[in-house]
Order: sequence, then C-alpha cells, then structure tokens
Amino acid sequence: MSIRERLSGNEAVATAMKQINPDVVAAFPITPSTEIPQYFSTFVANGSVDTEFVAVESEHSAMSACIGAESAGSRAMTATSANGLSLMWEMIYIASSLRLPIVLNLVNRAVSGPLNIHCDHSDAMGVRDSGWIMLFSENNQEAYDNNLMAHKIAENENVQLPVMICQDGFITSHSIENIELEEDSEVKKFVGEYKPEHYLLNKKEPIAVGPLDLQAYLFEHKAQQGEAMKAAKQVILDVSKEFENWTGRSYSFFEKYKLDDAEIAIVCMNSTAGTTKSVVDELRNNGIKAGLLKIRVYRPFPSEEVAKALSNLKAIAVLDRSDSLNAMGGALFEDVVSSMYVEKINVPTVNYVYGIGGRDTTENDIKSVYEDLQEIVKTEKIDNPYRYLGLRKEAK
Amino acid sequence: MAYNFKEIVANKPSRFTEGHRMCAGCGAPVVARHILRALKEEDHAVIANATGCMEVSTFIYPYSAWTDSFIHTAFESAGATLSGVEAAYKSLKKQGKLPEDEHTKFIAFGGDGGTYDIGLQSLSGAMERGHDMVYVCYDNGAYMNTGIQRSSATPQFADTTTSPAGKVIPGKMQPRKDLTKILAGHHLPYVAQSAAINNMKDLYEKAEKAIYTEGPTFLNVLAPCPRGWNYQTENLMQINKLAVETCYWPLYEIVDGVYHVNYKPAKKLPIEEFLKPQKRFKHMFNPGNEWMIEEFQKEVDSRWQELLDLEEITNK
Repeated sequence: MSIRERLSGNEAVATAMKQINPDVVAAFPITPSTEIPQYFSTFVANGSVDTEFVAVESEHSAMSACIGAESAGSRAMTATSANGLSLMWEMIYIASSLRLPIVLNLVNRAVSGPLNIHCDHSDAMGVRDSGWIMLFSENNQEAYDNNLMAHKIAENENVQLPVMICQDGFITSHSIENIELEEDSEVKKFVGEYKPEHYLLNKKEPIAVGPLDLQAYLFEHKAQQGEAMKAAKQVILDVSKEFENWTGRSYSFFEKYKLDDAEIAIVCMNSTAGTTKSVVDELRNNGIKAGLLKIRVYRPFPSEEVAKALSNLKAIAVLDRSDSLNAMGGALFEDVVSSMYVEKINVPTVNYVYGIGGRDTTENDIKSVYEDLQEIVKTEKIDNPYRYLGLRKEAK
Repeated sequence: MAYNFKEIVANKPSRFTEGHRMCAGCGAPVVARHILRALKEEDHAVIANATGCMEVSTFIYPYSAWTDSFIHTAFESAGATLSGVEAAYKSLKKQGKLPEDEHTKFIAFGGDGGTYDIGLQSLSGAMERGHDMVYVCYDNGAYMNTGIQRSSATPQFADTTTSPAGKVIPGKMQPRKDLTKILAGHHLPYVAQSAAINNMKDLYEKAEKAIYTEGPTFLNVLAPCPRGWNYQTENLMQINKLAVETCYWPLYEIVDGVYHVNYKPAKKLPIEEFLKPQKRFKHMFNPGNEWMIEEFQKEVDSRWQELLDLEEITNK
C-alpha cells in the first residue's frame, strides 16, 4: 500500500536512499543537493540504515570513493550539483568505463561561471557522453521513483552501467509537493540484494580493476560500453513495467502528453514539463492541438522512438535548459533533429535555449513558443532555428 | 620473532610477481615487494595505486603483477578510492555479508607526484577520516612517469625537465616539501620514513607496524629512479644507503606522536657523497657552484637537527 506524504525533491531522494539502504554513501555538500547527504547522515547517525557514510573532502573524492566501494562489491550512492559534478568529471568517465552500477542524484544547477546556484541543465549536459544512464524527473515523485528503479537497471547483467538521476535545483529539490511513497519492505524486495560476480573483497578470487588499457584493447572495451548502453533500453522498459505492476505508476522512455493527435508540440525535460502541461491544457480548451513530449530517458537516447512519436506533427519546439554555445543549437535539439533525420522524418523544428541560471520560465513564455509554432505551421518559414526564450530584451 | 631476511624471502612468496615492466635499477618494485611480504600470509589485501610508473608498468591489460586484489582509478585519487573500498569492507562486515574469519588489509601506493602534489588532498582526507589503511609513498623525487618533471619532493638544485639546470637558473630553486611531517600533523597512530637499505629490516618492520596498526598509517619510502637521478642501475642499493648515511633521508618513525630516529650514523657523511653519483646534481660540482653544495648541506643539517630535537621533545 502506498503512503501519502508531502516531501521536497531532496527529501524524496533521501527517503528513497534510506529505503534502498546502500552499503556506502560518499558525498560532499553543494547547493542545491546538500540536503540529500544532510538528511542521509541523520539516518546514519540514528542507525536507521546500515550504510557507511564517507564524508569526503571533495566531489572528486566522492566519486573516487564510490568507485572504490562499488568495485569492492558494495552498493554505492552519491549526490551532487553543477561544479561538484565538474570536479567529479574525471572520475565520472572512470566509473562508467569500469562498468560500476553507482547511482548518483544530480540536482541540476548552472555550472560556473560566473557563479550561480540556480537551476539549469549545463551540469548534466557536460557529461552526456560519459557513458552514464541519465534519467530526468519532472517532480519529487519521479525523482523518488527513478531512484527505486535505478539499481535494478544499473546492476542488470546486460547493462552494468552507472545511473544519474536528474531533477531541477530548487524548483523541485526544494519545493514541497504531495508524493506517494512505498513501504520499506516492498522497496527492499523490489530493489533486491546486490550480488556482483567479481569484486575486490572476494578473497577466493582476487581481481585487478582499472588497468593501463592501450591500443590493443581499449577500442573493444569502449564498444562493449556502447553495447551495454544499447542493451539498457530494453532493461529500462522491463524495469519500468515491473515497477508499474507494483505501484501502478507508469514510466517509459518519455511521456507523451496529449501528443497523439497534436499538430504542434514542445519537447523538454524536468520541471518545465509541468508548466508546459498546464499550457497545453489551456490551449486545448481553446481548440489548439498542442502537445508535449517529456523526455525521461536522455541516455540512452531513445532516438527511433522519439522520432516516431514526433512524426505526425506540423511543427516542433525543442527546449534546452543549457546552451551548447556552438552557434548551432542545444544538446537536446541536436539529439531530436538527428533522430528525425535518420528516420527520414521531416518536421519543421526549432530550438529554444531557456531558463539559464534559474531564470523563471512562465506559462506565458511557454505560450509564446506555441504561438511561434502556429506561425511556423502557417507560413512554413523558420527564420532562426536557434533562439532564446525569456532573455532580457536589452541583452539582445 | 627476530627479523631474518633469508627466511622471509624463502618462506613468504612474493605477492608482487616478476614480469612487471619497471626499469632495471628502479627502487619502487623493491619497496612494493618487501612491504607486501610484511602481510600475514592468510590475510587478503586490496592494493590501490595512483597513476604513475608503478601502475602503468604492473597492470597493462590483460596482465597484472599483483596477486592480491588491486584497483587503480586516477592520478590523484588513490587515497579516496581506497577509502571507498575500506568503507565497503566495514559496511559489508557489519552486515555479515563477508566471512567473519577472513581479514582484508588496505594498502595504497603512490609516487611523490600522486602523493606530495596532485593527490595530497585525497590522501589528507582519507587519513583524517580514519580509514583503516596504509598509504605508502614511494618517493623518487620527480614526475618520472611523464619524463622527469619537478615535483614538490624534488630536492633543491636538481636538474629536471621542468627545472632544467640552465645558464641563469641552476635547477630547481626551492627545497623539498617535508611530507612525512605533514602526515605527522594529522596525528596518526603511525607515521614512518624508510628506505630499502642493508637487509631491508627497517622497511619490513615499519611495513608490518603500519599494516597491523589499526587506523590510518603512512609510510614515506625513498625509491631512487635510475633515469631521473641518472645513476648506474647496479648502484640502487648504494644510493639508498648514501641517502641515509648523509642524513638526506633519515629513517624514523612517529608512534602516537612520539618520534624515534631509528638510525643515527656514527659519522654523518658529507652530502657530496649522495649528490656525486647522480647526474641530476652534476652542475653543482662545477667551479663557482660551491655555494649550492653548501646550501644543500645546510638544509640537510637543519632538518636533521630538527628531527633530533623533535625526538628529544616528544620523548620527555
């Protein structure tokens, strides 16, 4: 039986971690994810978990310790944001290349500089090619649910890759909303015991981890990582189905919101999807066929499925909460248009970079995007496919 | 049981095998092999290694020279990585997920680059948090793996590829960092400085104490580098001995804050004896550069005196 509660996004994650009861948590505080290790160390101090909490001296050491702990044969988790992830960057690649199913909660925040503590996705986008599975969460419920599913996905024998769960800094990490929690015992049953095949602490079979890997084998090892990422797609679907059978809450690669008969649609991730849903409802009331595609699984990118889901539209706007500063478009935009091109789907598509450094994105902003899309449908013209949304007028 | 070199080598198989690719005349494998001999045979060990000569020469996929479990992640993270392994061990033991009668010891190896410099923060953190592990620095006094660049462990005036002895600047201008004292400042139960000399009794006994003292312990071991120091490979043991006999590299240990100088030469040799066989100091012997040798000697003397003073103060 689900339990009704009211929790912030960070509380929801900490609660999931408490129920999962990982063997090791190593973390370093950084706004806005600080509360996660804070709440969690209270659980440790009160003996409500078996976890060894390693209060490391930096995020670089947090990920290093997680790598050590997971290689040793234990379950390891951590949380961070922005510059914390930047400092971890070297170890992020090492974690995935060693095929360690570590779970990291990334509370999205703008990467410096200049210094800013508020939400955007520049931290996540910086590691999008690092070989981590990346799940995005619209709200506290999805952040909680993604945590419950993460270990099962990561530890699957065909995957063995780390998982990063994203949610929007402050917007969802610090907002208290209703949430449905599952019983501790049910969570433990679903997540299961971690039984790695090879691990450092196995005296009967010592292993060596992290070699010098030169021209002879590195290519093969990278190709295996790539295959694991492809295999993760089916595993994510299977685990999501199993989760739905248990909780009744349904997940897939993405959520289609009033998309099937839509003519114009927005593609976005995390909390902005909530704002967009509200606008879609209003537009639908006015007879405008608006829809939304909310990406949940960003890595592996479900390219064929995304392309198919967007194939019947007349115009699409992809919203990127991070600028790639490449004079071409944001990361999600590139992924979406590449997916459509490969599937030979030709729908006029524009990109909006929005919400940088915690800039509010209001319903009016989202409405203006749908108005632009209507104009594109009418004129069949796109003057500039790479735009800003919500930028101060004088900055132009 | 009294230390017997022959018996130890004969009866305790090496846990660091032949076939690794470290240079002839390198001090590091000698140090690693002998330290691992101090493990009880029945104990399992997890070895962590910072990126460096030792790592890239002993674990080239798919071959490993380590018979115990081994992990390498990055240059600066051996301390933090092994923290995670040790935390996992504690957690799994506590939960009854590992056999009760099995014991695992945790040993990190890092060169001076990975320890004095880029890995200092990770080492300091691991030691402060009190993980039950030994961190061994094999100090060869420069970034040898990348081709002999200066480190903060490089002795003053040494000629390296980033502190070359030039016409205007005669080598590295700064004296070396005293890492052993920095670790002493962490108030660890056991900190020691050693070198592979004579029958390696000093190294073995310190390794044994470091491994079997509960909590975080640190060993700083001199590990000459034939390429960087530029000596004849067969002279490795002689170089080690001269480092100790000149008091350039004193053998001492700090047990719960109390200093013990383990060897005081009856007749301290002049520093030239240590400097002369190494081409990295060649320019110090050019006419007009006598001041460099004098300055070097002064530094060695003052550090040696400081050590003797610390021994006296802490034993009061």
